[in-house]
Amino acid sequence: MGELRLMKGNEVIAEAAIRCGCDAYFGYPITPQSEVMETLMDREPWDETGMVVLQAESEIASIHMIYGAAASGKKVITSSSSPGISLMAEGISYIAGAELPCVIVNVQRGGPGLGTIQPSQADYFQSTKGGGHGDYRLIVLAPSSVQEMNDFVELGFQLAFKYRNPAMILTDGVIGQMMEKVVLAEYIPRLTDEEINEKYGSWATNGRKANRQRNIITSLEMDSGRMEKNNIRLQEKYTKMEEEEVLFEEFSCEDADYLLVAFGSSSRICQKAVDLAREKGIKVGLLRPITLFPFPKKPIAALAKQVKGMLVVEMNAGQMVEDVQLAAGCAIPVKHFGRMGGIIPSPGEVVEALEQKLIGG
Amino acid sequence: MELKDIINPNNLVYEKPKLLTENTMHYCPGCSHGVVHKLLAEVIEDLDIQDKTIGVSPVGCAVFAYNYIEIDWQEAAHGRAPAVATGIARTNPDKVVFTYQGDGDLASIGAAEILHACNRGENMVVIFVNNGIYGMTGGQMAPTTLIGQVTATTPNGRDVGRNGYPLKITELIAQLPGTSYVTRQSVHTPATIRKCKKALAKAFQAAIDKKGTSFVEVVSTCNMNWKMTPVKANEWMVDNMFPFYQPGDLKDSSKTDPESYTPLKN
Ligand SMILES: Cc1ncc(C[n+]2csc(CCOP(=O)(O)OP(=O)(O)O)c2C)c(N)n1
Ligand code: SF4
Ligand SMILES: [Mg+2]
Repeated sequence: MGELRLMKGNEVIAEAAIRCGCDAYFGYPITPQSEVMETLMDREPWDETGMVVLQAESEIASIHMIYGAAASGKKVITSSSSPGISLMAEGISYIAGAELPCVIVNVQRGGPGLGTIQPSQADYFQSTKGGGHGDYRLIVLAPSSVQEMNDFVELGFQLAFKYRNPAMILTDGVIGQMMEKVVLAEYIPRLTDEEINEKYGSWATNGRKANRQRNIITSLEMDSGRMEKNNIRLQEKYTKMEEEEVLFEEFSCEDADYLLVAFGSSSRICQKAVDLAREKGIKVGLLRPITLFPFPKKPIAALAKQVKGMLVVEMNAGQMVEDVQLAAGCAIPVKHFGRMGGIIPSPGEVVEALEQKLIGG
Repeated sequence: MELKDIINPNNLVYEKPKLLTENTMHYCPGCSHGVVHKLLAEVIEDLDIQDKTIGVSPVGCAVFAYNYIEIDWQEAAHGRAPAVATGIARTNPDKVVFTYQGDGDLASIGAAEILHACNRGENMVVIFVNNGIYGMTGGQMAPTTLIGQVTATTPNGRDVGRNGYPLKITELIAQLPGTSYVTRQSVHTPATIRKCKKALAKAFQAAIDKKGTSFVEVVSTCNMNWKMTPVKANEWMVDNMFPFYQPGDLKDSSKTDPESYTPLKN
């Protein structure tokens, strides 16, 4: 077993990045995720693994630094929180359009605008439906524990490189700031230049070698026919993700009459709510989407045939509920319960909402 | 004498740089971009760095630069080339990275990125083609547009009260300790073309020697949007641009203070 530690979610992102052989982190401070860069600067990974850590002048610059390094075949990560991710939207769209791999961590806070530094899940739409301009998708992973903050860094990179697509870890201030025990990953060495040439030589812009054509990284295509083909290729990639990469977890669903659907920190609260409801004799289960894109449509559709109703619990005004409604169809009621502004719902409130909105108690 | 006797390698006095591709350039006839591309190809070839040079071409008329020079290229968002180049240069310290930016790109939307990249002294070359206008989008005012200059968005001439002053960003850049070589060139005569090539060679040599940021402004024409013939545009540039954007070196630390530059730590 790997090294066991008690750590904050944000610190673990930094540690996992170093250990998985990241070549660089570029970022800009914003609460509640500044510990990511602070931990990296303190760890000085440039001496240990050669990883570059750079505090950029803005989130715009950070994401375009990510673009440049990723295009040269490097394994690169950035992190921010909601307002910073909005600034990154331009670069994220370019990265998706140019089909480059990278990991972006969003430790969400409440909005809109400057909003609050308290936790929120209000960036679900922004993360899963695009966020920037154009038809693109991110691979979106939603950790619900500090352990998953660790695990999803390397998982995010594996998926990002497999599909040449940006992956986002969509978490929030609760998981970023909370301390839990975590088993850290083993070290993976950074790729050498030779290994990068071997693996990504067909596209990486790291200097034209004698044995290959020049590589060009771009999202630009003025010919509409070719541009449509590029779009179709992207869409095929997203369809393949939907077929092959869906991750989710079910709790107490076998005999459930009602289903809670929640991701990230809300799913932790809902686990407790399931216990509370069952103590009251209400048979409740929980489905936790782990990948928000691709979304677990099939398991939700299957459970829609079993349960009498679903309650989607989110720290927002109702975003994932739209995807659950689409997946569940019209045969059963699918309701939403959420708190906003940085308020975290309690398990008791969830059970109350379930009773009021679905059971009619 | 027959034609085949004339077309003979021994008679060659001038040839297309090997690194220039066969693609037909999309630039308007008379545009400075084409000349700068040719010089760039020659310099990369002369320094024999085509296998380790990565170009970054952001939005602007030269966004398609990647079609013309046989090296690895990354296209970048409007203004963001210095950040993109930072990402490449930091993670590939043994490579030579350059950006090729217009004046709208570098001095307006990307002002923050260029100032900070130069201020950090990123090891790269910046080629700044200043034609005083937004060429690609049809000739709107740029931050570099001269007072009184007519553009699509200043149809009665740039008015200071409404539009502010033209920005001498190269003078600002020269103040930054991260830059080692800052120069202003042009490509309107054979003599200035040769000088500009020397400046580009010096800038790329500085990048090879890890001297931080080298910055080569090329005061240029956009005859299309200036609505002039190429010859007239060159004359207008000399008469109107040069008094404000004076050609010459603004900074050359290899002469003044070769030890002053602190190389970046990766
Ligand atoms: C974010 C964004 N805003 C605006 C544009 C439109 N645009 C394309 S090129 C350009 C101006 C380019 O001018 P300059 O950098 O001076 O280059 P030139 O074409 O003159 O060489 C603008 C505004 C864009 N592509 N992206
Ligand atoms: S519009 Fe101006 S800058 Fe663009 S190619 Fe034509 S002359 Fe050159
Ligand atoms: Mg211009």
